[in-house]
Amino acid sequence: MRWTRFAWGIVFIIGFLYFFLPLLGTFEFSLGHPWGPVGAPPSLDYYANVVSSAAFWESLGYSFVVGIITIIVSIALLMPTAFWVRLRVPRARPLVEFITLLPFVIPPIILVFGLIGTFSHPPFPFTYTDLGSSALLVAAYTILSFPYMYRAIDTGLQSIDIRSLTEAAQSLGAGWTRILVRVILPNVRVALLSGAFLTLAIVIGEFTIATFLARPAFGPYLSLLGSNKAYEPAAVSIISFALTWLAMILIAFIGRGSRARVAVTGAR
Amino acid sequence: MTDIALPTVGQDAPAARPGRRISWAWLGLVPFFAFSLAFLIIPTSYLVFGSFQTESGQPTLQNYADLGQPQIASSYLTSIEISLVTAILGGIFGFLLAYAVISGGLPGFLRGATLTFSGVASNFAGVPLALAFTFTLGRLGFVTIFLNSVLGINIYEAGFTLYSKLALELVYLYFQFPLMVLIMAPAIDGLKKEWREASENMGASSFQYWRHIALPILTPTLLGTMILLFGNAFGAQATAFQLTGGQINIVTMLLTRQLRGDVLNNVNLGYAVAMGMVAIMGLTILVYLWLQRRAERWRR
Repeated sequence: MRWTRFAWGIVFIIGFLYFFLPLLGTFEFSLGHPWGPVGAPPSLDYYANVVSSAAFWESLGYSFVVGIITIIVSIALLMPTAFWVRLRVPRARPLVEFITLLPFVIPPIILVFGLIGTFSHPPFPFTYTDLGSSALLVAAYTILSFPYMYRAIDTGLQSIDIRSLTEAAQSLGAGWTRILVRVILPNVRVALLSGAFLTLAIVIGEFTIATFLARPAFGPYLSLLGSNKAYEPAAVSIISFALTWLAMILIAFIGRGSRARVAVTGAR
Repeated sequence: MTDIALPTVGQDAPAARPGRRISWAWLGLVPFFAFSLAFLIIPTSYLVFGSFQTESGQPTLQNYADLGQPQIASSYLTSIEISLVTAILGGIFGFLLAYAVISGGLPGFLRGATLTFSGVASNFAGVPLALAFTFTLGRLGFVTIFLNSVLGINIYEAGFTLYSKLALELVYLYFQFPLMVLIMAPAIDGLKKEWREASENMGASSFQYWRHIALPILTPTLLGTMILLFGNAFGAQATAFQLTGGQINIVTMLLTRQLRGDVLNNVNLGYAVAMGMVAIMGLTILVYLWLQRRAERWRR
């Protein structure tokens, strides 16, 4: 029994090192590579350079806004759909679920390939303007959010009695908008919030779609920085890691007790 | 007369109502279907139709025949190889790690910590992940320096580069095995104590318990998750692009170069390459769904 525990301990240590060493390497680089051949003393200058640069805040801000809009569009689209499927058209469930699972089959690089083919010429010349390209980016991210967002909402709806709630609200004179926003939404708040933070984490780091739509997003910014500078990209990577961390902590905090959600679509 | 007429009216009404009700109710799904059509189905169909056309718009199957060209075929093979290796290694190691922190007799707090770390690591991918490995295993990375100065191993003289399959596999594993941990943890939790006790009561050894009870129950989840990991690596683009600068010949890099500057000199052939990827991804998902249905049997 003792040696099996020892063996499991070894497994854990390997996992820990695998997780930890690249982070340590990045952190060490972000301080100016003090363990390197030159051995400059560790310094926080590179973090200062980053946070004082306009490009950093502009790209981060852009991605953040795109993330927020994506979350709103995704919820506005999927919550009424999931609600309506449960309440009125259960026959549509297989079709709707099939569509929400399609982003598993169509990776971002293929999606953006098709989007550019469809929307880069009349009659729908989205990519001709900045606003059009950004709208296309939001649309693409919304599609990417389908699998986990729909499932989160649907599971949330499953745990409440939407039929009784709807009838009660209707008998008190509420219309559909009021029912969805004031009655159903607060009841699936937890599911929506964890989906929202996951979306934010994925959108902020996304590179593939943003770069092909030529958007000034955080992913392409970091990629470009990575080929131009030595230590600043490490500092930005650490910041980006901290943001992912924050999103996951918030999800874990909000979703205590509910099953953890696993995202397989995203920025890989 | 009225007695006969009434039921006919009564029969007519319900027959007409459900039809009308269904058609109105489906209208509520129009926004969702319209959005999916516009930004998912039509763009994908654009690639499908394009892949069956010549550049002048004639119908053809030549694009699919051309997938056999050495450069394209080898990019598919490399992608499949990398995805298989990282799915299997990531799957096995992720399973062992999940088991270690859940039932390995390690201190209890490691379980929650590992699951939280895994949530973060499985989402820490793309550009920052590739950079992190450059800072660690690149020529100036501290692990490279450490191996060289302390252990006397120069991995670059031994032929290691960040542009190689091996490097890409190491990087992919960083998000692969945490994903496995996240999915396997509930499955391992689902192994009931009673099953182990019952088998011990009947004199089974630990090996027999695993061979005949635990593994057969876990196998569908295990395989299903590995398939998910396969798809996860197969569709990855950002990580490989940042790590290798697009140098490595995998399918997503071929598509990247095609999108940037039509390296295949045939737009429609590019569409066929994309369709080949979709076909492989579709196949993996079908197998996954089938395995998941089998795994459901042992829940609850």
